[in-house]
Amino acid sequence: MAPAVEFREVARTFGTAASTVRAVDRVSLSVEAGEFFAMLGPSGSGKTTCLRLIAGFELPDDGQVLLEGRDVSSVPPYERNVNTVFQDYALFPHMTVAENVAYGPRMRKVRFADRSARAREMLDLVKLRGFEDRRPAQLSGGQKQRVALARALINQPKVLLLDEPLGALDLKLREEMQLELRNLQRRLGITFIYVTHDQGEALSMSDRVAVFNSGRIEQMAPARELYSKPRTAFVARFVGGANVVEGEAAQKLAGVPQPFAVRPESVRLLAPEDPTPAGSVSADGSVLDVQFHGATNRWQVKLDAGDVFTATLNAAHDLRVPEAPGERVRLAWPRESMVMLESA
Amino acid sequence: MTSATAPPGFPPSRPVIEGFLSPRSISSFLYRRQTFYLLLLLVPPLLWLGTVYLGTLFALLTQSIYSIDEFTARIVRTPTLATYKQLLTQPANLDIVLRTVTMAICVTLAAAVIAFPIANYMVRYASPRTKAVFYVAVLVPMWTSYLVKVYAWRLILAKEGILSWMFQAVGAQGVLDTILELPGIGGPSLASSYLGMFIVFVYMWLPYMILPIAAALERVPGSLLQASADLGAHPSQTLRAVIIPLVMPGLAAGSVFTFSLTLGDYIIPSIVGAPGYFIGMMVYQQQGTAGNIPLAAAFSVIPIVLIAIYLALVKRLGAFDAM
Repeated sequence: MAPAVEFREVARTFGTAASTVRAVDRVSLSVEAGEFFAMLGPSGSGKTTCLRLIAGFELPDDGQVLLEGRDVSSVPPYERNVNTVFQDYALFPHMTVAENVAYGPRMRKVRFADRSARAREMLDLVKLRGFEDRRPAQLSGGQKQRVALARALINQPKVLLLDEPLGALDLKLREEMQLELRNLQRRLGITFIYVTHDQGEALSMSDRVAVFNSGRIEQMAPARELYSKPRTAFVARFVGGANVVEGEAAQKLAGVPQPFAVRPESVRLLAPEDPTPAGSVSADGSVLDVQFHGATNRWQVKLDAGDVFTATLNAAHDLRVPEAPGERVRLAWPRESMVMLESA
Repeated sequence: MTSATAPPGFPPSRPVIEGFLSPRSISSFLYRRQTFYLLLLLVPPLLWLGTVYLGTLFALLTQSIYSIDEFTARIVRTPTLATYKQLLTQPANLDIVLRTVTMAICVTLAAAVIAFPIANYMVRYASPRTKAVFYVAVLVPMWTSYLVKVYAWRLILAKEGILSWMFQAVGAQGVLDTILELPGIGGPSLASSYLGMFIVFVYMWLPYMILPIAAALERVPGSLLQASADLGAHPSQTLRAVIIPLVMPGLAAGSVFTFSLTLGDYIIPSIVGAPGYFIGMMVYQQQGTAGNIPLAAAFSVIPIVLIAIYLALVKRLGAFDAM
């Protein structure tokens, strides 16, 4: 079976002749039917442009976009079987909730009775029954989010595109919606393509994650693999918040010729005079700051080798009282916790 | 804080004058009494609007329920509906009303049809630079003298004028002649036909239609149009189901301008067009040469009533729901 979405060397450039920005730089990817696929990256990394290329709001300058094997590179949005949940929800302010949800079928000339029944089903699905006659202005952020979801799902799309859909919600609601979205996707079996800049969200929800950086995909892998085996320094930092040692420092500290990453939770904190444990690498430095995060303490240490390292320690075992910044410490991490990265 | 404790490098703070009627005590008094502050700001302009504007309007309307003595030409100050009866039963007067209203409707429709694509282009498609050029192009004609523009149009539309010369130059004299022979809108030349008058009206009031529509379009987020296309709506469906309903308040505002300006104007009909009278000319003549103030007042009530009816109608159609 053809993949639900496929990019072949897709490029999209913005700007005038004088100054151009390569928003998407020869990206190739393929998303299988029924997959929960996340596009993760900082703002301006090209992830949203990729989503808009799938929806048809942008057309590629070069390369091909395929939906279920069909080349849609120059097909307008209204002729593609994909639907979008917008970041700002984009609900029609002059229509009621029911009218918003029934908009897709109405444009396809479905009879009023039929489309109203479908809209009620969709509102059941997102647990908004009874809100049919409200206007978008009378809804809370979370409710608007659900209406946008119902409106996008009513056309029974093959692929649902979600553009930072939870960005405007508060933390608790966001966590609730993450769970609900994941369950909904499993239940409906629709391909979800989810754009976010929140690595926690991407890792917890998706089957596979593509990490974007300046218009290219740095790495595309299942969430666990992305976390445990980052391929580049960018992925290690952005996804795992890992400490990355590059260049000469890598050779000097650990005797390896290539850059490597160490996750903050693998780093141990020792007194400056303590010996280096067997099978570990150690480095000396001075404390910059200690942040209390409830379950963990996060120590920021400036290494003498130059890099700033983060060590996350379980607060229950880390009972020492942080002294003033500048305190000398020794950091150590087991050799097997080091992830070797591609040289830049 | 006093000047003694000011940090070095900062100018000493102004010495505080404490006491009744010092600047500070007045400002904090006004801060505490918000209502008083509002009244202070609002009463003078409201007084001006109330007496000068509404008062004179009311005085004018009162005139319309008086009548004029046919023999002495004196105004009889007893309330009567005789003037309105005269206005609405005499075929000549009724003709004027119908002619003016028909023209106003035609001008409004044409202005809306022409203005919408221009405004849409300005707001959605033009680059910031082109957009600025468009706004200036729309506004500049409003800065030039009204009379100059009308007379210029008379020359453009005249029998030997620019337009007829152009028709001749491209060998389409026959087309112009056929148009001018049409009953009702035609005439000896464009400058003395209702069609010519219509063209000038549309030209004159077009900015008043473009600007409110453009303002309304600016408030429609692009994501709504994308959402509509995303859900399967063709561009024409998006236009009907999303853009036009959301632009309705602007369209209503613009049409009130073009409609009422056409209803009240007396300069364009007296310089360009066929000899038939318009409401504005009638008001001008009745209060001037004819000295029939009550009839002039009654004529000027008509646009007010028509606009009120029009607004009630568009409100009922839901034009302001999206506001």
